[in-house]
Amino acid sequence: MQISFDNFGSERVFYLKDEHEHAEGGSTMLGFWIYLMSDCLLFAILFATYGVLSTNYAAGPAPKDLFDLWTVALNTTMLLLSSITYGFAMLSADEGKQRSTQFWLIVTALFGLAFVGIELREFAHMIHDGATPQRSAFLSSFFALVSTHGLHVSFGIVWIVTSMVQVRMHGLIPANKRRLMCLSLFWHFLDIVWIGVFTFVYLMGMLR
Amino acid sequence: MTVTTHSADYTAGHSDQGAHGSRKAYLIGFWLSVLLTAIPFYLVMSGIVQNREATGVLLVAMAAVQIVVHMVCFLHMNGRSENGWTMMSLIFTVIIVGIVLSGSLWVMYHLNVNMMLSPDMSQMP
Repeated sequence: MQISFDNFGSERVFYLKDEHEHAEGGSTMLGFWIYLMSDCLLFAILFATYGVLSTNYAAGPAPKDLFDLWTVALNTTMLLLSSITYGFAMLSADEGKQRSTQFWLIVTALFGLAFVGIELREFAHMIHDGATPQRSAFLSSFFALVSTHGLHVSFGIVWIVTSMVQVRMHGLIPANKRRLMCLSLFWHFLDIVWIGVFTFVYLMGMLR
Repeated sequence: MTVTTHSADYTAGHSDQGAHGSRKAYLIGFWLSVLLTAIPFYLVMSGIVQNREATGVLLVAMAAVQIVVHMVCFLHMNGRSENGWTMMSLIFTVIIVGIVLSGSLWVMYHLNVNMMLSPDMSQMP
């Protein structure tokens, strides 16, 4: 069966007659924002899972036995510094300064790498002590939440390197600025998620 | 001619959507974040507040403030960008996240409490 809305001869028209012009990429930022909101839901579910399971130690190690707050503080510093350096990269891009944009991007990527490195070292330490994801529900949900965030940061670093190559090849054209803007939202969003992680997982964990 | 002007206006109207923050906004956001990160770590590491519940409440309050600081200073959130659609989608997400978090914790807490085997449970009908 075919449904046709064309009704020639009468006044029924089901399309916009004068379609106005859309600027290229005019909807990119809103679309990317909605992606971030969906990512937010993903993290909310992981946080909820952690919240429910975080006291089920199965006679295994508790947060107090595992977490070293100095490491977490160092990691938080790395992520916070990478946030401000990304801000500087965006400001340089706005002013059309390609070299300084590239400089701040690589600084951001290095801070990001430091963050992932410290986190992996912490994980390796825990796993070496027998605190693997299989040990207890607390550890399963801990690794699920924290490593999902870590994976996001890792892919963010890949994206930063990709953007640097793009900027090097094509310069700070509007399309590249738009991509940097999306990456900016993504990177700052990860920092916001980390606020939740260090507050609810690490600091609250040490209070128990 | 009118068409060209119209489309130029349209582009101009759209270009302010990615309103980037100023250097000042980034620096204010950064120093506020440093403060709002350092205080919770200090509270827990020094154990200066004896009451655990009070410390927990302080931690959550400071995390909430820091999230707002990041939203405003780094993500440049305001009610005007994209004709308010970013704010609308944010409010929607916050509501859903609130329901998911509080609902899960509430339901699972009561489930845990009711499933707990206590001695007088066996006398219950």
